[in-house]
Amino acid sequence: MTSQAHHQPAMAATAPPHSSMPSIGSLVRRPEVGSLIGMIAVLVFFSIFGGSNFLSAGGSASWLNVASELGIIALPVGLLMIAGHLDLSIGSMIPASSMTIAILSGHYGLPIIVGILAALGLGLAVGFINGVLVIRTKVPSFVVTLATLFALAGLTLGLSVILSGSTSVALKSGPTAKLLFGDYLGGKFQVTLFWWIAIILIVGFILNFSRFGNWILAMGGDAVSARNAGIPTDRVTIALFMSSGLCAAFVGMSQAILYNSAQVAAGQSFIFNSIIAVVIGGVLLTGGYGSVVGIVLGTLTFSIVNQGIFYTGFDANWASLIIGVLLLAAVLMNNTFRTMALTYAPRTRQRVR
Amino acid sequence: MTTPLLKLTAINKSFGPIDVLHDISLEVNAGEVLCLLGDNGAGKSTLIKILSGVHKPTSGTMEMDGKAVEFASPRDASDHGIATVHQFGGTFALMSIGRSFFVGAEPTRRWGPLTIYDRKRANEIAVTEMRQLGITRIDDGDRLVGGLSGGERQALAIARAVHFGASVLILDEPTAALGVKEAAHVLRIVLQARRKGIAVIFITHNVVHALTVGDHFAVLIRGSKAADFRKGEKSREAITDLMAGGEQMAELEAEIESFSATQ
Repeated sequence: MTSQAHHQPAMAATAPPHSSMPSIGSLVRRPEVGSLIGMIAVLVFFSIFGGSNFLSAGGSASWLNVASELGIIALPVGLLMIAGHLDLSIGSMIPASSMTIAILSGHYGLPIIVGILAALGLGLAVGFINGVLVIRTKVPSFVVTLATLFALAGLTLGLSVILSGSTSVALKSGPTAKLLFGDYLGGKFQVTLFWWIAIILIVGFILNFSRFGNWILAMGGDAVSARNAGIPTDRVTIALFMSSGLCAAFVGMSQAILYNSAQVAAGQSFIFNSIIAVVIGGVLLTGGYGSVVGIVLGTLTFSIVNQGIFYTGFDANWASLIIGVLLLAAVLMNNTFRTMALTYAPRTRQRVR
Repeated sequence: MTTPLLKLTAINKSFGPIDVLHDISLEVNAGEVLCLLGDNGAGKSTLIKILSGVHKPTSGTMEMDGKAVEFASPRDASDHGIATVHQFGGTFALMSIGRSFFVGAEPTRRWGPLTIYDRKRANEIAVTEMRQLGITRIDDGDRLVGGLSGGERQALAIARAVHFGASVLILDEPTAALGVKEAAHVLRIVLQARRKGIAVIFITHNVVHALTVGDHFAVLIRGSKAADFRKGEKSREAITDLMAGGEQMAELEAEIESFSATQ
C-alpha cells in the first residue's frame, strides 16, 4: 500500500542522478512510522506477558476480529479526518442498522436481502444528511454529527419500541447471509476480516492512486484554497460522510447476523475507539495528513491492547490506562516524525555550485 | 498602443455602508509589472479579491483583451488566466510538492482498467518547473511543501501559475515574510515571469522591492488611487511619502525627532 513500493526518482532533465532505493531518510518521512513503532511495541509487550496463547490462532483471532470491525469503520472515519471532518454519528448508526435488519427480516420476517439493503441504505441516507448539514450550515462536523448521534439514537429507540415492542430483537438468517457476513472461519476468524481487507484495498487505492485522494488531502490542508483550485469540495464532503455511514451500517448489519439479534444500545464505544485508532495511526486530527497503512496499524495496535490484556495476568481494567498512555505517546511520536518530514534535505548532496 | 491585457474602469466596492474602493481605474499590459503600493487598510486586498473573483465590484467594469469580463468565482477568474499567489504561497504544507502543484488538475494515467494519479509525472513536472525558476535545491517531488523555505514556496506557487498558462499573475505581498536573500530570489522570479510575457500585479508596501521590478506603479490611499506613474517618474522618497499620506509622515518624523531630543 505504501507508495514507496512504486517509488521512482523524478528524472527531470536538469535533475542530478540519484539512487532509486528508498533511503532510511525517506522512510522516516512517512506518516505511518510512528504507528509502526507503536504496534511493534505493543505486539512485543503482549507476546512476552501474554504467553504463547496470545500468538496462537485463537489468540490472534480474538484481536483480529476486534480489529476487523473497528477497522471497517476507522478507514472511512480516517479519510474524513484527513479531509478535516469528524463523524461521531457512527455510534448510533451501528445499532440503527442492526435494528433495521432485525426488525425488517426478524420481526416482520421479510427476506434477509431486504433487511441488508435497508440497513445499508439507512447508512447512506444518514451520511448524506450529515454531509448536507455540514456544508449548508457551516457548523463544525463535530457538532453536527454529535446532534445526529443523539437524534438517531432516540429515533432507533423510539421506533424499535413502537414497531417491535422491545429494545432487543432476534434475527434468524439463512446460510448464505451467515457465510457472507456473520460466520467464523475455522471456528475462530470472523468473515468481516475479509471485508476489512477489501475495504483497506479500496480506501488505499482512493487515497494514494486516485485524483479523489488528492482532493481529500487538499481539503484537509486548506478548504478555501482547495475550492479555489476547482475541487468540488461539497460533493467530496457528502461522499465521505456517506462512506462512513455506509461502513458503520455494514458493521451493525453484520453484527446482527453474527449474533442473531440486535440491541438498541450497542456501538457507542466505536465513536472514540475509531478516533483513537485513526489518531494512533498518524492522521492529523485537524486534517491534511495521514495514510491508510497508518490507520490499519493504529487499528491493530488498539485491538492488540484491548484484547491482549486478557492473555496477561493483569486485571483487564488496566487496558484503558494503557490505551490512554499509548494514545498520548503515539501522538507525540507522530508529531516528531511529522516534523522530520517537514525538513527538506535534497536526496543527493549538493555539489559545488 | 496595444490593448491592455487587463483593464479596470471606475471600480467601486462597498460592503454595506462602508466604501472600500473608490473609482479605481487601472491598466496592466502583457510583459509588464504593475506595482500596487499602499499602506495597510488602503484597499489592496479588496482590489485583489475583485481581480481574483472572490468579490464582485459594486460598480465599474473589467476588461480582458478588450472584452468585458465578470468573474462568478475564483475558479472562473483562473479559467480566464488570472492566477493569485498569496503571501505564504501554497498553503498545503503537509502535501507533497508534486501533489500540491497539481491540486485540482492532477495528471492521470491508465493502470489496467483504472485511471490513476500519475505521481511520477506530477513530481517530474513540478521539480522541473521549479528548477526553471532557479530553485535547484529541489530534486524530490515527494517531499512535503512545509519543508520548503518561504521563497521556495512562492516559487512553487508561481511555477504552478506559469505552468497552467496564467496570463495575469497577482502576487500578494510575496516578499513581506522573507529575508533579504530570499526576497531577492523572488524578485528575480517575478522578472522571469515578466520575460515570459505574463502581466504581473505585484502588491507590496516595500518601496525598494517595488522599484526593483516595477514598470508601472499605482498607489492606493484609503480606497482611492492617489497616484499612477511609470518607472523613473518619481523618487523613492516621494513614493514613501505618498504611501504614508505625505503630510502625516512629515508630522510623524517631527514627532519622533522631538521625542528623541527630550531623552
